[in-house]
Amino acid sequence: MDVQTHRGNLIMNTATMAYRNLLKTFHNPDRFMDVIIQPIMFMLMFGYLFGGAIAGNVKNYLPTIVPGILIQTMLSAASGSGSQIREDLDSGVFDRFKSLPMAHIAPLAGQLFADILRLLIATVTSLATGYVMGWRPTAGFGWVIVSGLLAIFIGWSLSWVFALVGLLAKNATTVESFSMITMMTLSFLSNAFIPIKTLSKTMQVIAYMNPITYVITAIRQILSTGSWTHEAVLVLIFGIGIVVVFAPLTVWAYNRNN
Amino acid sequence: MEVINAIEVNHLTKKFGNKIAVDNVSFNVKQGEVFGLLGPNGAGKTTILRMMTTLLKADRGSVKIFSHDTVKEGRLARSMFGLTGQYASVDEDISARENLMIFSRLNGLSRSASKQRTQELLSEFSLVDSADKPLKDFSGGMRRRLDLAVSLISSPALVFLDEPTTGLDPRTRMQMWDTIRKLVTQGSTIILTTQYLDEADQLADRIAVIDHGKLIKIGTPEKLKQQIGGTKLNFTIGQVSQIDPAAKIMTDQLGDSIHFNGQQVHASLKHTSQLTPLLVALQQAGISISNLTIQEPSLDDVFMNLTVGKN
Repeated sequence: MDVQTHRGNLIMNTATMAYRNLLKTFHNPDRFMDVIIQPIMFMLMFGYLFGGAIAGNVKNYLPTIVPGILIQTMLSAASGSGSQIREDLDSGVFDRFKSLPMAHIAPLAGQLFADILRLLIATVTSLATGYVMGWRPTAGFGWVIVSGLLAIFIGWSLSWVFALVGLLAKNATTVESFSMITMMTLSFLSNAFIPIKTLSKTMQVIAYMNPITYVITAIRQILSTGSWTHEAVLVLIFGIGIVVVFAPLTVWAYNRNN
Repeated sequence: MEVINAIEVNHLTKKFGNKIAVDNVSFNVKQGEVFGLLGPNGAGKTTILRMMTTLLKADRGSVKIFSHDTVKEGRLARSMFGLTGQYASVDEDISARENLMIFSRLNGLSRSASKQRTQELLSEFSLVDSADKPLKDFSGGMRRRLDLAVSLISSPALVFLDEPTTGLDPRTRMQMWDTIRKLVTQGSTIILTTQYLDEADQLADRIAVIDHGKLIKIGTPEKLKQQIGGTKLNFTIGQVSQIDPAAKIMTDQLGDSIHFNGQQVHASLKHTSQLTPLLVALQQAGISISNLTIQEPSLDDVFMNLTVGKN
């Protein structure tokens, strides 16, 4: 009985906390920068700048760059999780949460639930921008949704990593610069924007060591072949593995601080 | 009827590294009492408050809120009090109404009960007109009012206020005092920290003076002020020839707490009611005085006095 009320409490509290995070986002349109403005801007810039050079024309470049920017956007949306948690922890409002008779873990859980919506917005924006630019994936709409869901899941698993960074870091600025560097390195040192075979040997090794390369490859394969490939299975396992490792670590760090 | 303790603090101790922030502090606060923790910055007031409100774990000692241990029965203890932190503990990015709604829900109120409570508190704290404005446009006083309103959502029997008026202008401070007094008449027990003696004096039934993590003195404001020698009286005697007769009159009335420095006189009053007879007597003796000042004891005096030889 007692356990049930606690569990009910946890779900309710988490829903309220997620609602709070979303409200904060809607009141502060600049929090949409990374999930709306950034994918649109990058898609247009990279598409029209490099399309001709890399793939002959913009339209031929889109199957390469749409999955690339989709995953890049997932990375930056996920990294927002860390700085938001740090900001909350550093503000007085967190003391209030801790002094309430609410589920202890709800603030963290609420953040990670709200992240799913941010990731969803980012995915829709990225794919829609590609569509407007003329991207027509051969696999059809159903597989676009599948690839979108896989991207969101990978993004969400990375949210746990960034949340851990947010919990361990000294302040929000540290988290933001760490996130920026990670996002840039992982997305550019991969096959997000270019075919890997155009790279030097050393760079190829680096790109193949980058897990993001495999995520992008899996998404491209789903979109071009219309099937759940071997690569996609590996990527899904990779995402599950991250959650299995980092969720307990993040919860541990959260409990340790509080 | 047995007196119920709203809070019992026993041997509370906290170290940060090598520094002892709170050193074996014990006190009880009775239900319905207003209790002030008075001390300078860094004395350990906020650390004590954070341990009482379950935000910080004590190294040693225990806190019981309405006889519920804050460690063993944390959730139950937390349901019994409201806390207004030193720094605005409300969400900056959302409106006053949204803050109240979210915190009502987190307090376990249903959606409709939350709506009703939000409306009640908005009108009680005169925030109806700015209920839907972002908090960025709020003045310091409005923010504190909202903060307090949020702490009172569950109508807690015990309210903690951490420096409720620090940084407020005099008028807003008065308004805050009125609000706190109203809470008292409604039967709340209040524990507040402050660095201002006059604030503790205005509001508190009892004061605990904290310095360097230790509880130095505990008692009513009157008692504390008596201990530090009460009100200070300073004036200048008009002519040198009048010093001796003045000294005689003053010694008769005030005892030996008088110091002369040429024509300047410094004296201590045990009670302000001693002032009028003294001035009348001086006037009747034809002694003219100027530059008269009366100083209520300040926190500085309390500290100078209570921490003598310890620093």
